[in-house]
Amino acid sequence: MHNETGTPDISRSKARTATAPADSPAAGANGLKTAVTKEISGSAAVLEAFLAEGVDTIFGYPGGAIMPIYDALYDYQEKLRHILVRHEQGGIHAAQGYARTSGKVGVVFATSGPGATNLVTGLADAMIDSSPVVCITGQVFAHLLGTDAFQETDVINITTPVTKWNYQVTDATEIPSVLAKAFYIAASGRPGPVLIDITKNAQLQKFSYAGYTKCAHIRSYRPKPIVRKEYVEKAAQLINEAKRPFVVFGQGVILGHAENEFRAFIEKSGIPAAWTILGLSALPTDHPLNMGMLGMHGNYGPNVLTNECDVLIAVGMRFDDRVTGRLDKYAKQARVIHLDIDPAEIDKNVKATVPVWGDCKETLPLLTELVEPRVYPQWLQKFKDHYKEEEEAVILSELNPAAGELTMGEVINLLNELTGGDAVIVTDVGQHQMVACRYARFKRSQSNVTSGGLGTMGFGLPAAIGAKFGAPDRTVVAIIGDGGFQMTLQELGTIMQCEVEVKILILNNRFLGMVRQWQQLFHDKRYSFVDITSPDFVMLAKSYGIEGRSVSEREHLKGALKAMLDHPGSYLLEVFVGKENNVFPMVPQGCSVSEIRLK
Amino acid sequence: MNPNKQEYTITVYTENQIGLINRIAILFSRRKINIESLNTSPSEAEGIHRFTIVINETEEVVRKLCRQIEKQVDILKAYYNTNDEIIWQEMALYKVPTDEIAEKVKVERLLREYGARAVVIRKDYTVFETTGQREETDRLVEVLEPHGLIEFVRSARVAIIKDSHGFHEKLKEFELAEPGEEVVENEYLDKQQEVFTM
Repeated sequence: MHNETGTPDISRSKARTATAPADSPAAGANGLKTAVTKEISGSAAVLEAFLAEGVDTIFGYPGGAIMPIYDALYDYQEKLRHILVRHEQGGIHAAQGYARTSGKVGVVFATSGPGATNLVTGLADAMIDSSPVVCITGQVFAHLLGTDAFQETDVINITTPVTKWNYQVTDATEIPSVLAKAFYIAASGRPGPVLIDITKNAQLQKFSYAGYTKCAHIRSYRPKPIVRKEYVEKAAQLINEAKRPFVVFGQGVILGHAENEFRAFIEKSGIPAAWTILGLSALPTDHPLNMGMLGMHGNYGPNVLTNECDVLIAVGMRFDDRVTGRLDKYAKQARVIHLDIDPAEIDKNVKATVPVWGDCKETLPLLTELVEPRVYPQWLQKFKDHYKEEEEAVILSELNPAAGELTMGEVINLLNELTGGDAVIVTDVGQHQMVACRYARFKRSQSNVTSGGLGTMGFGLPAAIGAKFGAPDRTVVAIIGDGGFQMTLQELGTIMQCEVEVKILILNNRFLGMVRQWQQLFHDKRYSFVDITSPDFVMLAKSYGIEGRSVSEREHLKGALKAMLDHPGSYLLEVFVGKENNVFPMVPQGCSVSEIRLK
Repeated sequence: MNPNKQEYTITVYTENQIGLINRIAILFSRRKINIESLNTSPSEAEGIHRFTIVINETEEVVRKLCRQIEKQVDILKAYYNTNDEIIWQEMALYKVPTDEIAEKVKVERLLREYGARAVVIRKDYTVFETTGQREETDRLVEVLEPHGLIEFVRSARVAIIKDSHGFHEKLKEFELAEPGEEVVENEYLDKQQEVFTM
């Protein structure tokens, strides 16, 4: 599909001057002027930009329109590691996983046409989950634009709604400044995906290269709104007057590298805190003020007590409908303080009494300084009481079932025991995701990688590959359902080829479980097309040279998990869990968070 | 129709960037909002374009839209105003058979009454121009209809914000590489009472 056909070939014998030092004889033969500039191709300029931006890993797939860049990459192999994925969607999800665990910008190469359109799901995912990613797509020669040339698609217009910024380069001289903008925009402020589409002629074009200057300012772009002290003061005043304050936090804490500032804030103010699934791991699981998970399958207390608090302090979160439930019955009694870096999030879903816009790394310390040290023993007790109720109704039987089929919860529980909460947990989308987010324990930030806003099935496996490259010293466990795994299982080939160590834990319930759960609860058990068959996953892994095992008996589970973790290299463990288990608690769609069901 | 909906004029200052019109337009279309009128042309500041967009919506939606517009990388500022907060005009062109006008005094009087100006006069037809608000141009179309109106076209709305004190200076400041904090701040979150800010 991505073959080169008929377009002029690029001679590999042409010497590249990109790596030659500026003052070398080759570059400076013509006197003073060429001593500071050198002739390089647009393709080499892209790779020089990567080096200047500290890129070490590229996830990509070659094709006709991006061949000049791949040709240049041939000479950069020692400086830039290229991971050949099996599908462009896998490439961008890997870049997202890399960005989440490393905090750096993930980088993707794809060719024009189908290569670029295959990125769209990942771009939408990165957009809604604020992942910094820079995608470079090849494009047909500039003179062919608009002619329905081979593998031409209007990538800029296709990707406009799902990119923070995108730009088409048709002239190589633009490449250094455009790439500098791309990295700056992707990583600064509220991060997001950027796509740069480069026509083939621009990749081939030689130009006089004067070096790379990082971008630090764009006049029409404000990554961080200016912090307004008077609003911080108002917020502190509300907090100091509060009787039952409650903090809800999201990924903003992680993206802002504000974990310590956040902890200092809740510890001084004594306010209980609960997280969205993207905020998970920003606060250690066993922190005494960590009250658990918000939202549709979150913990009982945080949901119910959202509608009992008097001041709700939202930090770096966007009030997604899966978190708020029915909006007109969400925290109506509370005064709301909203800390966010993106002014467009203020009042978007929940009206803020006091908007504290700005980077929470800056605003949280200001707030901490002004809040009075407090403890709320009675208020905290309410969370504990609700937890007890939830524990008896849901958690105990999920984590420690006495008999019957295996539960997803007990798998996660044993995994916690074996990893000690040190592993990076990557999840796909569905029941296993909710169970993993509910029960996985974390000691460190940047440890939970999941597709939250878009809910992209197939995210897990490629994201885990990227997560491992982003955090090579850590154990990466990809927890995936039998449905989602089959959406991107071709990335087993990537794991095989680049020998990246990913522990794949498939929780197989032989159903598209989350949809089945909804059909059971809200559609009279009319199981419409949720019964899914799977190949022999262990045999499949073996065909890719990946060790694996399958378990369905309780007595073998712990040993199997240990074998997976102890195995040197990648490993696939398939666990057969109960077919018709449900995830509870649950806030049914259209219900208020206080109407959360325990069964 | 939602009774809280009314006509809002959105004024957007942007970089002169290919594809930006699409980036702005999709913010409306994703919410299934129809753009009633759209004008884009260079502003008085070099390299900065001004969009004037008219939509029918509630203030809450318009405010959210403006924030989402302003958040785009290549957008400098976005403002919204109700009709009584702006001076607005549209230009219209009317093509009528010349003999009709020459022969009928009534038509000539009509045109004068509506402040129409002849742009082109040929043997076979004459093109008139008026500038005014939607209702005025609509009315002239109506009265010219029986007199053999051949073609009619109307431009998008352009609007001046009544309370835009000091705006030209601010815009000039944007031309600098590093605009001052005054320009960069999120005014609309701050000074919600003032008309000029959002």
